[in-house]
This record gives sequence, structure tokens and C-alpha cells, in this order.
Amino acid sequence: MSGKISEYSALLRAKKISSVELTKAYLDEIEKSDKKYNAFVSIDAERALKAAAAADEAIKRGEGGLLTGIPYGVKNNIAEKGVVTDCCSRILNGYRPTYNAAVIEKLNAEYAVPLGKNNMDEFAMGSSTETSVYGATFNPVNTAYVPGGSSGGGAAAVRAGMAAFALGSDTGGSVRQPAAFTGIVGLKPTYGAVSRYGLIAYGSSLDQIGPLTTSVRDAAIVYDAVRGADKRDMTSSPLSRTASDKLTGDVKKLRIGYPKEYFEGIDPEVKQIVESAFSFYRKAGAEIKEVSVPVLKSALPAYYIIACAEASSNLGRYDGIRYGYRATDYDDVNEMIMKTRSEGFGKEVKRRIMLGTYVLSAGYFDAYYKQALRVRESVSEAMRALFDSVDVLLTPVAPTTAFPLNYTAENMIETYMSDFCTVPVNIAGLPAVSLPAGNASSNLPVGMQLIGARFTEDVVLNAAYAFETEHPVNIDMGVRI
Amino acid sequence: MSGYLFVAGLETHVELQTKSKIFCACSTGFGAEPNTHCCPVCTGEPGSLPVINREVLAYAVRAGLATNCAISEITKMDRKNYVYPDLPKAYQISQFEAPVAVGGYITLDSGKKIRINHIHMEEDAGKLVHENGYTYVDYNRGGVPLIEIVSEPDIASVEEAREYVEKLQLIMRHIGVSDCKMQEGSMRCDVNISVHREGEPLGTRAEIKNMNSLSFMEKALSYEYRRQCELLDNGERVVQETRRYNENTQTTESMRNKEDAQDYRYFPEPDILAIRVGKEFVKKIAESLPKLPDELRKEFAGYGLSETEVKRLVEYKRIADFYSEAAALSEPKIAANLILGEIFRGMQTEEEKERFELKFDVKAFAKLVNLRAENKINAGIQKKVLQKMLESGGAPEDYLSADDLAEVDTGAIDKLCAEAIKSNERAVRDYLGGKEQALKALLGFVMKATRGKADSAAVEAKLKELICK
Repeated sequence: MSGKISEYSALLRAKKISSVELTKAYLDEIEKSDKKYNAFVSIDAERALKAAAAADEAIKRGEGGLLTGIPYGVKNNIAEKGVVTDCCSRILNGYRPTYNAAVIEKLNAEYAVPLGKNNMDEFAMGSSTETSVYGATFNPVNTAYVPGGSSGGGAAAVRAGMAAFALGSDTGGSVRQPAAFTGIVGLKPTYGAVSRYGLIAYGSSLDQIGPLTTSVRDAAIVYDAVRGADKRDMTSSPLSRTASDKLTGDVKKLRIGYPKEYFEGIDPEVKQIVESAFSFYRKAGAEIKEVSVPVLKSALPAYYIIACAEASSNLGRYDGIRYGYRATDYDDVNEMIMKTRSEGFGKEVKRRIMLGTYVLSAGYFDAYYKQALRVRESVSEAMRALFDSVDVLLTPVAPTTAFPLNYTAENMIETYMSDFCTVPVNIAGLPAVSLPAGNASSNLPVGMQLIGARFTEDVVLNAAYAFETEHPVNIDMGVRI
Repeated sequence: MSGYLFVAGLETHVELQTKSKIFCACSTGFGAEPNTHCCPVCTGEPGSLPVINREVLAYAVRAGLATNCAISEITKMDRKNYVYPDLPKAYQISQFEAPVAVGGYITLDSGKKIRINHIHMEEDAGKLVHENGYTYVDYNRGGVPLIEIVSEPDIASVEEAREYVEKLQLIMRHIGVSDCKMQEGSMRCDVNISVHREGEPLGTRAEIKNMNSLSFMEKALSYEYRRQCELLDNGERVVQETRRYNENTQTTESMRNKEDAQDYRYFPEPDILAIRVGKEFVKKIAESLPKLPDELRKEFAGYGLSETEVKRLVEYKRIADFYSEAAALSEPKIAANLILGEIFRGMQTEEEKERFELKFDVKAFAKLVNLRAENKINAGIQKKVLQKMLESGGAPEDYLSADDLAEVDTGAIDKLCAEAIKSNERAVRDYLGGKEQALKALLGFVMKATRGKADSAAVEAKLKELICK
């Protein structure tokens, strides 16, 4: 077996286990372990068991797919009808969407089993899952460290065997970086491959939903289930292709780029571990090419300007009028809105709203926002050109292993800077997978990133699959049944 | 205060009559229970996304073509950020950088062209309802499609402003994109106005917001022109600001000045990709455009109708269409008289004229006009038949007996006239004595004898001829 979904799916189809048993085992594990990790902010056991029973019925009827009966976690910014989806922010306190996100509809149609909502940085703004109103999530590998973010709750849940997979969202690395910090697999699909309908927006032109899984094959399975054009999302595309049926492990003649800018300013141990992956690929018959993308250095500031600009607009709607938190003491509607927002948003969210408002203001727009769009265009163009000569790029996911707890709050700028390996992919709308490359001497996992041209998830995942097959992570992330 | 030139530019919001809203499938219907025409998209629920309604684009292109604009090959949506409780996303999706139509004009009766800078598409906001000390929000109107037609500052008088708005109204109604009812809010105007002396640069402008009737607009502009002239005459300055018209005091008053002006922080709407407006798409719309009011006016004036008659016939699209067709099939003068006379008499309200519901078709109407034009029936019979057609529909022949249609022999009429004169000596005397009325008795005699078929005008002429001989 090459992953938890593949493994359980085979057992479920062979009727060796039932989804109800499997779901109970996961619920028990959450009950037992999540006090230590705080990966889930809500669990609905009744709903999960009902969904599991329905999945068992579907299997009996010979219906469903690979995800039928498989328990999973959902990032707290993906809308589920009637389930509190508050982005781990006080301002959305008690908000229950009146509709399901497109990805949830797809998973429901497959009879997958939702366990509950995973913790995250408030509004997906952060790299450590410490800015949540529900408190920090702790890294199951070592609880003195953060699991990364913003999808840290989902990554921790998968790593600790509390969910077979989790849905995260990635605006500047929020799926890939937590996957790297917890030693699992995370896929950020091409912009437009997966519908954003029902994903509560942070940076609309950058956000994508992606899976967190214990294996590359599982990432491909979940990706295949949630991808596809959606008429409710005008930015979604019909060009995506299936990936799970393309995992041959054959990388002969694959052209892999070594972009040297990605290896500057990287912790020496992380650098050495990621670089050693190149020797594996060379031996496996791939072609390694050193490439250079000087403009990448500008991607990080451009990313923060664009993401914050969009966020300042996207988060304007949280005014206390229709849903969520409302301040109690006010004289008129303007004061109500001001107090609600002052009390409802956390510090990091306010910082980004202010930054975004500033860069869009009259007099600054051209110097910041317009300039950032130009940089975005040149990064995208440079990447497009690069993929004429290579099939994938191999890079680190982050310059270091997981941060210690409370590091981020005191080292804001360093934390922003640490996103430089992941944000170019969002800026250019490309697919990228993060997978375990090895462990540092601290025993913390080190991730590596494979980046491809638009809609080549199959190529990227196959390259990852080849590496994973030869470098299995021998840790049981499953539940005992 | 004399000697100042009046300069104004208008921003006109027109609500489009599409069935569904601009970014979702909710109904645009007016007057429903509050918050029943709503979904996650038009209430801006977190995670919802807008999808542009192609019909709105088609309507906007239609409006652009009808006002002589060029249609943009690529048009983009932008976000206009501001906070107000009736705006659920805290931004309005509008257009800033690449509006759907640019560079058109409207021609006034004087021949002067008022240039149109551009037309852009946007969504309407919801509505606040104040009741019992509470404020309620109704989002039914949120997401109803609007176009904003932005003119250049080419308007030089209150009268031109009124004519410009009336022309726009008429065009939008004729092309079927909006009913443009200012009272109901489906058309609203903001006016930028300034004054200056000839040869001097343009003055500082004030913007007057949200005028919801033509007469208010006229009053507001007259007042504002006077106000600005007086300020300058007294050596004071006009400040750049937004003002509103107060119906009670009939004056304009300051809402906010330039310093408090909103910074809308426009930026490209990331949820809606740039829209390519295909040449074929535009061509199809251009081909489907009806005759525009100016064209109809020219056509009707060519029939020898008076200016007032033309105006009344063009004012309502259905009437204009009906008349245009009827005139082509029959005698235009008679057709116009019947519509503006008999038919209008039964349609007192705006709505009735707008609907212009008739129980008969234009062919039946043309036939009736032609019977009269060819002198087969007289005016009286025509009127009676038209009344019956208005009441019960059908065609003229349904109400005309063979007798009504029987040819009236001119010789017979002449004989009857001579007979009438002979047997009514007294009436003839009276008539010759100056009593015009006396002739009616003779006319009545002939008409009775022909059972009303004779052409009364012809009979009258014959009688006069015979008496005076």
C-alpha cells in the first residue's frame, strides 16, 4: 500500500473493514490525541458516523470511488452548509454558511466522511497556525514546534493519524509549507484547476484549495476528486487533467531544473538535503539543468502587496451586520462597524488589511499595486519561458525546518521572508507539490518542492512519486482497527 | 449674475430590465417581500463568487451602440471599495479601466451633439428601510444590473440637460434595455455643474447627487447655477463638493466636501476574468437594434405630421412601431389622426400607452384607414367601426354591412341635394341670410336618405354650390 487512502479504500471495497469502524477509529484517535495538538477546532461525530453509514451502503451497492468512506478534515475557511466556518477569527463567530463549497459537494458525492474543521491561522494569514482564535496547533513531530501554516491544523491532523487526508488552501504556501514542517505531502494545484466557490477568500487571485495527505498517490487521488471547471467560479478552468492514473515512477528523460536563486539564503542542512534529491533523479535517468530566474527575488514583495490589497477588499464585508461577531456598545452604525472590526480581527489580519488599504490608496496605487502587477507579469513570463527548457523545478519549500513556538510573533519580517520559496508559484498560478526529502539532525522533517508548468499536476506528482517510492517515510500515520 | 456660462456633465444610472441579476441567477423583479430575491452571491456571503450574466453584457452593448459608442473588444470589471450597510461586500463591482462602451454622443434637436465619455456596467446596492427607530436592510435590489452613462461637460443650459435626459430615456426604452422610470429609481442622475465667464477657464464644479425626477433636476440646476454665479459676483469661491437637492427648501445643500471625498481604491476584480466582446456578438446585437427615436421622428415628419404629432407618436415604443407599420400600409395622415384621436381617448394613463394593448392587429387597422382614404366609407362610419374594433377586436368588414359599403352614386347625391333644397325653402333662406347652422338641416336630410353613407363634407360642398348658384 502506498498511502492511507489507497490502503483503506482497498480494505473497504474488500469489506474487510467498514467505514463506520474506520470513522470510529479516527474519532477515537482525535479524542485521545488532539488535546496535545489542537488540530481540530470542531468535530461532528454524529454527522461523521451518518456519512460513514451512507458510505457503507454505497459500497454495498457497488457505488462510490476511491474516497468513499474515507474520513477527512476540512480547513476552517471552506464553507460547509450549517457547519460553523469562521476562518478561526472572532469576527466570524458562529457563522454557518447557507451553502456547500464546490469541493465539499464533490466529496459528498463520493461519500467521503467529513470529521470536522481544522485549525488555521486567522483568515489563512500566517505561516505557523498560531494566530487562530482557538489557540495554536502543535507539530505532532515535536510539540515544541509549530506545524507551519496557514493549513497547520490539517497537516497536524494527517501527520498525527487523526484524518486520512485534509483539505487546505494555499495562497502563498499555506498547504506546502505545513506539509514540509510536518513531514507529509501537500499539493497546491494550478490556479483554476480547483473551484474556489465556497473558499472564504484571502487573496482571490492567488488562493487554491489543495490536499494534505500521507502520500503522493493519495494527493493525486484527492486532487482528481476535487479538480474541474465550475460554472460558479469564472476563474476555474476546463484544462486540468487527472493525475492518479499517471503515476508510473518513470522519470527517464525528465528535465529537472535547479533554479539557483531558490538555494540562496537556505539553512545549510536543508540545502544539502534538498540538493541530494538531484542525485537520486540523475541516477533515475532524469536530466538536471541549472537555471536562473533573477526576477524571482521580486516575487515576495509583489506577493505581499497583491495578497494584502485583495485581502483588504475581501475582508471589508465583515461589518457585524449580517453574520458573525457584533460589538455590543455603540451609538450608530458607523461606530458599530468600527468597534466590531477593531474587536473582531486579530493583530496580523489588521496589519494586512492596513497594508492592503495603503497600497491601493490614491497616490500610492501606482508605486505599489501597479508595480506589483508588473512584477507579477514578469515572474509569470519568466516561469513560462523556463518551462520551455525544463519539465519541473526542484526547490526547497522553506529555508528552515519548523519554527519553534512563538518565534513568528517576534520575527514578523523573517517569517514573511521565509515564504520566498513558495510564493512565486502562486504569483504565476503554477502547480507544485511539497513532499518529505529527509530529516534534519534535529529530527524535524525537511520538505522539497516540485514545480511544474500550468496544468501539469500529473508530471509534478509523478516526479514526486518516483522519489517517494525510493525514499519511503516509514512512519505509521494510520489508525488501528 | 449675468454673463456666466453654464457647464454641466451628467452621470446617468439606468437599471437594466434583464430577468436575473448581474452576478447570480436571482430575479430582478421589483416589489417582492424583502430579502426573498437573494442568494449567497448577491448577499456577499463569505466564499461566494460572482459570475457575469451575458445578458447584461448584451444589454450594455445595445445601449452603447444606440448612443453611437465604440464597443470595447476587451472589457474588465473592477472593485469600487466603500463601506455602507446596503453594500454587503463593502465593494461594488463596477468598471473603471476598461468600460464596455466608449466615445459616443446624443444629438439634441438643435443639432448639437452631447458627447458620451463612456458607458460602464455595475451592480446596484440594496436598500435601507427606516422603521420604528430601527434600520432594516433589504438586499433584493443588490446585484440588479445598472449601466452608468457618463457624458462630457457639453451641456450648456438647464433646457439642454432636460432634453439630453429625455433623449436618453427615449432611446433606452426604444431599444428595450430599461423602462427608465425616474420615480421608481430605474433611472437616476448625478450632475456636475460649474460656471465661468466666456474666454476664461472652466470653474470649480459641484456635483449634485441622485435627482429622481426631471422637474427636480431642472429646479436643482437652476438654483445651483444661480448660487454659483452669486458666489462669484460677491467675490467668493465655489468649493468642489457633493451637494444634494432638498425638495422642501428647493435649494441644494452640501453633503460632503473634497477633503471627505471617498477614496474608492479601485482595482481589478480578481474573481472575474477580462471579458472578450466578440465581433460577431456585437454584430448580432447591432442587427437586432430597432429604428431609433431620431430615425422614427424623421420618418414620421416626412408624412407631413406636425411636430407635436410626431412627438406623441414616438414617445412610446409600441405606439411608434404600430404607427410606423400602419403608415407604411395605409394613409399616414388618417392613421395618425385615428391613433392620436380615437385610440388615445381610451388610453389615459402612461401605463396604458406604454402597453398599447389593442384587440386588433395593424393590418386590420390599415384596412380601416384605407377604406376611408379610398372614400369607401365616411368619417362617421369609420369612427363607429373603430369603436367596435377597440371593444371587440376583429377587422372592419366584421362591422360593415353591404349597405355601408355600397357605392354611393354621385348623381344620386346631387339629386338628393337638389331635392333637399327644394323641400326646405326656409332653411335655404336662413342660410342665405347668414345662418350657417341652417345648412345642417339640409345635410341631415341627405345623410338620412343615404343612411349615413354619404361623405358629409362632399354633401356640404354640393349643397353650398347649389344654393349659391
